[in-house]
Amino acid sequence: MKCRTCRGPAIIDLPRHNANFCAEHFLQMCRRQVEKAIHDHQMLNKSDRILVAVSGGKDSLAVWDILIDLGYQADGFYVALGIGEYSEESRGYTERFADERGLKLTVVSLRDDYGYDIPTSSRATGRVPCSACGMSKRHLFDKAAIDGGYDVVVTGHNLDDEAAVLFGNALRWDVEYLARQLPVLPSRNGFPKKVKPLIRLSEREMAAWCVVRGIDYIVDECPIAAGNKHIGFKEALNALEENSPGTKASYYLGFLDRMAPVLAGIAASGADSVTPCTRCAAPTGGEEGSFCAFCRLVERSSTHEPVSVELILKKSRSRKRAQSEVAQS
Amino acid sequence: MKVILRNPRREIEIRGRRRVHGLLAELGLPRESHLVIRNGTLVPGDEELDTDDVIEIRPVISGGM
Ligand code: SF4
Ligand SMILES: [Zn+2]
Ligand SMILES: [Zn+2]
Repeated sequence: MKCRTCRGPAIIDLPRHNANFCAEHFLQMCRRQVEKAIHDHQMLNKSDRILVAVSGGKDSLAVWDILIDLGYQADGFYVALGIGEYSEESRGYTERFADERGLKLTVVSLRDDYGYDIPTSSRATGRVPCSACGMSKRHLFDKAAIDGGYDVVVTGHNLDDEAAVLFGNALRWDVEYLARQLPVLPSRNGFPKKVKPLIRLSEREMAAWCVVRGIDYIVDECPIAAGNKHIGFKEALNALEENSPGTKASYYLGFLDRMAPVLAGIAASGADSVTPCTRCAAPTGGEEGSFCAFCRLVERSSTHEPVSVELILKKSRSRKRAQSEVAQS
Repeated sequence: MKVILRNPRREIEIRGRRRVHGLLAELGLPRESHLVIRNGTLVPGDEELDTDDVIEIRPVISGGM
């Protein structure tokens, strides 16, 4: 196989571009896709102070690397979630990445700084772990951006992530979620601006970016993610992609191009009023004088005795088994 | 050849030469969700893999949101 650009030996075949690339021209293609996303959706300016939400996985380290490579000023922010070995390893990858490149990284630990971790908060609040986790991360990213005077928060969501979420929202016809599934959330009501520069690049391309650039990242999955719906949607879309390359890109990018404008009125009507949380001052949709959802979660979780991730996994496995037994009977 | 699989990490031995596409198909692994790596370098689909190669097949799907 030969590189489409220079005819040298290729290192990767990308059926959706009907092309193969050498290392140099593969990186060039990725940079151009990110520049196009940033430009088309007015995501970032070169003078912005950017905060990248990093997890130690391929996407967040790749987006940080690409932004620095393109000349943006970007610092990293990592939340230690306390999900057993997975969290310890992912923190190690993130800290090494930042150290080796002399980049600024801020680490917040749920256990050390707030007195809980994700498995414990899941048990204490009865939420599924990913819901407690997502809410904690969102709150802390927002807070870090506002407190640190950053202009914008960058996340590493890629084409596969967005296509899978779109698929899930469309399966349920959740019109409000569909209307808000945009690659840029403007800052409003005390929340920072949030952008997703990787929406034009697939998961396979982001993993390849890391291999070519010599970025070590955590390949193993968060143990809680195993077998979740989101992964099932990705597998379904990849089965379509395999037969008809380009399906994911035309599905999601076509949504942004042609469907999102149709839904724009619905997205705007969701602009509700907020009041500051009485404990942490974060904007909240609750009544005047109440705590935000994060402060309520901290209050319940930090007084609960610590629960290990193994215990949470055992419980969810036996719940799934019970459900499938019911379904079969 | 020695083939390293991930999540969980394990190793298998495959006898004889293979093209990358052929190896993935044989193991039932979709191309869109895997990368094939030899000595730290990516190898494209039509590349011939040798009997004494050490190959990592790395899944690229992540489930976090
Ligand atoms: S899979 Fe769920 S629990 Fe694990 S990091 Fe992602 S959101 Fe958090
Ligand atoms: Zn080339
Ligand atoms: Zn609060």
